[in-house]
Amino acid sequence: MAEPLLEMRGIVKDFPGVHALIDCHFDLFPGEVHALVGENGAGKSTLMKILDGVYKRDAGVIKFKGSEVEIPNTATAQRLGISMIHQELNLMPHLTVAQNIFVGREPRGHLPFVLDEKGLNENAAALFEKLRLRLDPRKRVSSLTVAQQQMVEIAKALSFNASILIMDEPTAALTDREIDELFRITRQLRAEGVGIVHISHRLQELKQISDRVTVMRDGRVINTIATADATIEQIISMMVGRTIFEATPEVPEVTNPEVVLEVRNLNRGRAIRNVSFSVHRGEIVGIAGLVGAGRTEVARAVFGADPVDSGEIFVHGKKVKISGPIDAVRHGIGYLSEDRKRYGLALGLNVETNLVMASLQQFVSRLGIVRTALTRVAAEHQVKSLAIKTPSLNQKVRNLSGGTQQKVVVGKWLTADTEILIFDEPTRGIDVGAKSEIYHLLNALAHEGKAIVMISSDLPEILRMSHRIVVMCEGRVTGELTAQEATQEKIMTFATQREAAA
Amino acid sequence: MSTAPGLPMPAGRSSAVIRADFFQRFLAFGALIVLILFFQAWCILIGTNFLTFENFVNILVATAVVGIMALGETFVVITGGIDLSVGTVMTISMVMTAVAITSQHLPVPVGILVGVLTGGLMGLANGVLIARLRIAPFIATLGILNVARGLSLVITQTRPIYFPDNPEFQSGVMGNVLGIKVSGEFGIPIIAIIMFAAAVIAAFVLGKTALGRYTFALGSNEEAARLSGVNVANWKILVYVVCGLFAGLAGVLSAARLGSAQPATGFGYELAAISAVVIGGTSLSGGEGTITGTIIGAFIVYVLTYGLQFVNVAQEWQIVVTGVVLIAAVYIDNLRRRQRA
Repeated sequence: MAEPLLEMRGIVKDFPGVHALIDCHFDLFPGEVHALVGENGAGKSTLMKILDGVYKRDAGVIKFKGSEVEIPNTATAQRLGISMIHQELNLMPHLTVAQNIFVGREPRGHLPFVLDEKGLNENAAALFEKLRLRLDPRKRVSSLTVAQQQMVEIAKALSFNASILIMDEPTAALTDREIDELFRITRQLRAEGVGIVHISHRLQELKQISDRVTVMRDGRVINTIATADATIEQIISMMVGRTIFEATPEVPEVTNPEVVLEVRNLNRGRAIRNVSFSVHRGEIVGIAGLVGAGRTEVARAVFGADPVDSGEIFVHGKKVKISGPIDAVRHGIGYLSEDRKRYGLALGLNVETNLVMASLQQFVSRLGIVRTALTRVAAEHQVKSLAIKTPSLNQKVRNLSGGTQQKVVVGKWLTADTEILIFDEPTRGIDVGAKSEIYHLLNALAHEGKAIVMISSDLPEILRMSHRIVVMCEGRVTGELTAQEATQEKIMTFATQREAAA
Repeated sequence: MSTAPGLPMPAGRSSAVIRADFFQRFLAFGALIVLILFFQAWCILIGTNFLTFENFVNILVATAVVGIMALGETFVVITGGIDLSVGTVMTISMVMTAVAITSQHLPVPVGILVGVLTGGLMGLANGVLIARLRIAPFIATLGILNVARGLSLVITQTRPIYFPDNPEFQSGVMGNVLGIKVSGEFGIPIIAIIMFAAAVIAAFVLGKTALGRYTFALGSNEEAARLSGVNVANWKILVYVVCGLFAGLAGVLSAARLGSAQPATGFGYELAAISAVVIGGTSLSGGEGTITGTIIGAFIVYVLTYGLQFVNVAQEWQIVVTGVVLIAAVYIDNLRRRQRA
């Protein structure tokens, strides 16, 4: 291989409170597919967004075709020939395929202001022919499958005559056949000398498509190796090889045999596929998986926040019908959203009001008047037993720290006599000190006999807290591990187990 | 439809688009026919006739002003926005035309231009507030609604302005096409032709020009348009200017129709215009809509209003009915979107 197309040296990026990228090196040769892997939050997308001009680097050098470049915005990146396909598709569903590809660059007709629709469609058709894509330029994007929309994004990216194409999780929403088609185009572009960065969670597919693989972890580039020389096990161990815990994980206690919550064969489209699991009294069940594995979807479905196609839910062995959160709360199920500010709390209201929010009916007299004496007692009880750090019950929740807010949400469900608590990323956005307090709280709740489901993307957290671990991938449960047998490597193996490879 | 046909493609739009449009238009057009037949049946029961040329002309004239306003509103609604100010922007345009013709003694064509440009200027204010200062369209245009309403009263000192010296202004708009009387005293009113001409221009701009394309792009996915290098703010401002220009034209026609500038009218017309847009199948969530739909929607609103009047339903009840129809149209819009989701 000749001169590299791209060299990134010593790239640093800080976000408030986070070192997103620390001294990162990355290079790319023409005609190469370079895979970029790492856990959620490892810094893959951030590094590539710097290359695409979405973010500004704090330090480091970018060399493109041998000379140093500045990429202050996306337009500059496009002019240089660097195109990025973002994780979320960025298309206009009401417009046609051709209109989407050339939006902002439409060919003009003879009259002023008038667009040349025919030329537009011909340009798109020519582009598709070059890519050997079978797509109708005149079709509305909303009528295409996700895979076809992905192809439109690729065609759009290449219409800027890109010499570097960055694809962020391009296969996340595709079926196997569609992935084959994507890989065909990827190989074709590689043969034409385009440098391709392929960000993915799916380790099996790296073997199929990439020439080299770079592993990132905690904002650092760990290693870059030829894909042919690496085993998947090696890559996984590079991805997870960290130890962030000062103390050894607490050994979970033996659990009670009484099943409190059982979910059987839950289904919704492709998001939730035949999901079954159970939670015992006094048990913490961790649900592990990568972003998009369907964990939150399952939690919301069990809580009745989203409809399901089929499936059964049993509480204390009795089949229950949950068609909305009202039913879930009645059956003693509480859901603590990962976005507690948006879904869990009324930020502008005080601690007391938030604590009794889910159980206000208990405190209302027959005339519909809230018995403030009783709500005060109930709120005080929670503040004391959960050690909620607030100057007073009248403090607005907005002014509390993240960890304290989380406790208020927990207190809200406890006031409502909730027996089953589903925590979705309970420590996201909470600083390290407050984290351990949340962990203590979870353990204490389990000890009291609550049944707890904990969704987390943080593997050490899952390992430390869970009595049992359910691992999901692509909407399915791909494995279940006891605390004793679970390791980060085993969890990652299940979490990346795509259907075909399973 | 999951497998795309191979290349090369035959000319013409894809069948999916045509079918969606067809359904949308058919629904509104069908509703218009049903409404007309409904009033005819009612009239037969009370011993009169609804399907007369006179009624036809009256409905055309009644529809024209709000119909033109609704054309501009269609652009705004397709971007996912709303313009509540069109009614009173129409009023201030009417007032400015009158001021130009009477106290400034300018020729009528200049007065017309002043009126239309006044509308465009108010639209520019809306657009800047929304696209540059990032004020929600609902609030920004509500503010401009009151600014325009208040200014109209200030300029006229709350009194109507008449222009008896310029009869040609009124006759040029309200007269019959080529002076031909089709039936009795009635011919095709020029104002109706102006409305249809304006609709053709609006449809051309929406369908064939960059402005039209970006109108849809903004409503469909503004962020995607931004990432594609489209100057989102400028195009959005232009959309509100277009809306203002149409409201200005509506004001000029209204002045000609009434033979005067009435500073107290106009308020409330915006709801009729928005009703017409929504009934015509333009989605309030943006990204889709047609000019044909809006014109049909405008006729539905005015056939309903005129029809209820014709069969002697009390005016209070007419107002109730138009409110119910607006809610029904938005509900149907919701259903349509839910089906597609």
